[in-house]
Amino acid sequence: MSALEIRDLNKIYGNGNRALHDVSLSVPKGSFFALLGPNGAGKSTLINILADTVRPSSGSVHLLEHNLFTERAWCKRRIGVVPQEVAFDPFFTPREVLAFTAGLFGCKADYGWIDELLQRLELSAHVGKNTRQLSGGMRRRLLVAQALVHKPELVILDEPTAGVDVELRRRLWEFMRELNAAGTTILLTTHYLDEAEELCDHVAIIDQGTVVTAQPMRDLMQAVASSYLWMHYDKKLSLSDADGLALAAFKPRLNDEGVCLELGKQSDGQSTFHIAYEAAVSRFGPPLDAGVRSEDLEDVFLRLTQKDSQ
Amino acid sequence: MKLTNPRGAWTLFLREVRRFLKVKMQTIVTPALTAMLYLLIFRYAMGERQVPGLEVDYFTFLVPGLAMMAMMQNAFANTSSSMIMGKVMGMHIYLLMAPLSALEVVLAFLAAAVVRAVVVAVVFLAVLSPFVDVNLLHPGIILLYGVCASIMMGGLGLIAGMWAKDFDNIAMITNFVILPLTFLSGVFYSVKQLPEFWQQVNNANPFFYLTDGFRYGFLGIGDTDPYASIAIVLFATILTMCTCWYLWAIGWRMKE
Repeated sequence: MSALEIRDLNKIYGNGNRALHDVSLSVPKGSFFALLGPNGAGKSTLINILADTVRPSSGSVHLLEHNLFTERAWCKRRIGVVPQEVAFDPFFTPREVLAFTAGLFGCKADYGWIDELLQRLELSAHVGKNTRQLSGGMRRRLLVAQALVHKPELVILDEPTAGVDVELRRRLWEFMRELNAAGTTILLTTHYLDEAEELCDHVAIIDQGTVVTAQPMRDLMQAVASSYLWMHYDKKLSLSDADGLALAAFKPRLNDEGVCLELGKQSDGQSTFHIAYEAAVSRFGPPLDAGVRSEDLEDVFLRLTQKDSQ
Repeated sequence: MKLTNPRGAWTLFLREVRRFLKVKMQTIVTPALTAMLYLLIFRYAMGERQVPGLEVDYFTFLVPGLAMMAMMQNAFANTSSSMIMGKVMGMHIYLLMAPLSALEVVLAFLAAAVVRAVVVAVVFLAVLSPFVDVNLLHPGIILLYGVCASIMMGGLGLIAGMWAKDFDNIAMITNFVILPLTFLSGVFYSVKQLPEFWQQVNNANPFFYLTDGFRYGFLGIGDTDPYASIAIVLFATILTMCTCWYLWAIGWRMKE
């Protein structure tokens, strides 16, 4: 069952800018789903449509098989959104803000849960302060608490860790993992791709308003990510035609300084890095250092979005 | 129009009330004090002079008008400041994201505006009561005109807040629309004192009927028949509420 089923979603702003172009996505229930894309790709527009702060031009969205656009109240009670921009109510304390947010979503304020949220998000020491007195990182964590206070079934995190220090980020992700393990579906946008790769089991990459790919993280990495052998030399190399021919099977390339040779696997997939290494050594001699690097999500992301923009 | 989340509407109402109570010096004490300063100045400027055409002294005449002016201005300020502050601070998205119907949002905002307006008027009248006889000749009329005025002005504040992009926009509406209309609504004068042309102009000001009817409730005198004006006032109040509901329902200037 899908937590979110998005079909042919389009958004054209008043100025003619087409932010989303026939976006179709399926977010499995209980998944930790990464929605990635470069700046201006349409991620925030998509999230804002889900949050009902932006109107779609056409298309449909179903949350747990309920139409988001015609069953708004039902759906909204089940969605919690951490907005990208830090927003805070300058009149109230974090505890008051959370109690009000719960109430707005139709829930009686559960102070046990509110205090747990404040504690998990390291805001317990600041409950008596006015939100004006909180730091930027604290306000951002308060936004996370606001998104969770009504115990939503789908949590949408739009860049939740921008400006949050490493230790707190780690604890925040621990908390999100726990929520996810308990059955909450989490949709995350972030520019920290290493975090997305580590946390998420599904991924969609969106660029220029179009879905470039959407699949389980493992499938994407197996299908797109590759490994290559790197060999560092103490001299500058140049790939002559003869060199290129001898190493052609390994798609040789040099870095900008010309001292690091990178070799891939043969396109038939039969070669090993051992064969590539020997071929390079016979051509250029033994390197100073060598190793194998596997592409990560960032490499895959760059490759898919750059290809798409070309 | 439907109520799907009464708890949410109640929470929004409480939030709005508690918001103005958090800054009560600014939202309650200052308006009451300002109204009293007006009264003091006119008291000494006009002395024991009677209002022409109405058998009442100027001091007594001013009290209900100033109370009404304070109510109208504060009802407007409550909704408009909340909306624009929400927009500037980014908090307005929580209203859009919450499962609240347009009716619930409008009712909660307007109810809070009425509460603030009533609190300001009660404080103003309570402070004045040792110095002037505050008669409630027609409590029903006072309540009807007071609540309708607060709803109308709260509604206009809500619309202004939805329209505005920054505090400057709100200041512009407050200073160029709301203040002149409330000052020229017969708070400081009887329409009978005006030349014919200005009487006609005054009659076109909807706030005039609110002030005049409210004053009738206290003094039993006025420039118009308050019972005949009830229909106009009720119509204007309902029209304001419906406009607010419609604009919120379509996300006017709130959703792209």
